[in-house]
Amino acid sequence: MNNPFTLEGKIILVTGASSGIGRGVAVACANMGAEVIVLARNPKRLDETMNLMSKGNHTVAVCDLTNPEDVEKTVEQLPKLDGIVHCAGIGQRLLCKELEASDVDSVMDVNFKAPILLQSQILKKKKINKGASIVFVASIASWSPSIGNAVYSASKGALISYANCLGLELAPRQIRVNCISPAMVRTELVYNEGLSEEQLKEDEQKYPLKRYGTPEDIAYLAVYMLSNASSWMTGSNVKITGGVN
Amino acid sequence: MDIKDFIEKFADQFEDTDASEITAATAFHDLDEWDSLIALAVLNMTEKKYGKKITFDDMKKCETVEDLYNVVVSK
Repeated sequence: MNNPFTLEGKIILVTGASSGIGRGVAVACANMGAEVIVLARNPKRLDETMNLMSKGNHTVAVCDLTNPEDVEKTVEQLPKLDGIVHCAGIGQRLLCKELEASDVDSVMDVNFKAPILLQSQILKKKKINKGASIVFVASIASWSPSIGNAVYSASKGALISYANCLGLELAPRQIRVNCISPAMVRTELVYNEGLSEEQLKEDEQKYPLKRYGTPEDIAYLAVYMLSNASSWMTGSNVKITGGVN
Repeated sequence: MDIKDFIEKFADQFEDTDASEITAATAFHDLDEWDSLIALAVLNMTEKKYGKKITFDDMKKCETVEDLYNVVVSK
């Protein structure tokens, strides 16, 4: 039988591919036979991702997704895509009383505005094939509050709402749109929040499966969403949490 | 704005319909791909590219692309 989970013959764009979940997704897609375009700002770290990927016709796209001209130029050069995984994102830990306009903008610009405007350019320039699959990496933070996480949570909630509408607009072309909402995944994002390893370990024990997620855990769900195995799945937001709510 | 430019932008709103299929005389409601989503895309296009707001009713009353062009010009 044909493997419905394969990504062979598919061209897939992964943003935020220089680290964390994005890197994990790029590597998993390559392993599953896709031709991957890895996108991020930092060429050196993108090369590191490329070195982790199994052989194939993969390419690097150096692009600052918050710079509209940069995005336009990058999209111009893209081939027609069969899949997009929007992974680029940043975190923030600020109490609500401390928030200033610039704090809101810095998170919303990267987590919300950038994926929307990239997606808009891809559609405008007709760089997506019929039957393609689009995946947004959101977070359980969108409905599960934690202290200091207000803008991050809001940015992911906004992204999910956007994705639902995008799914409706693209359904006539059999293009599917889904979100992944992970709980804590061990990436640089987690370490950048100022928590000690001890605090993280303690928190980890609250998870029924007794550990945080790995980028691979998330990547395999993304692979499923990108593959033909999920042909009837659109407008879904799948939580993947090690059992935590 | 001129009609050649308008036809080009109108045709660009379609995904499967080849631009060569669309001329000033095309009865656009009869195109296979024409639906409410493309109609909205055309509505957005006239506003964004020409600064002219038209309505779905305006569109309904038009038969050809040229009719639509004339409505947009008249706004």
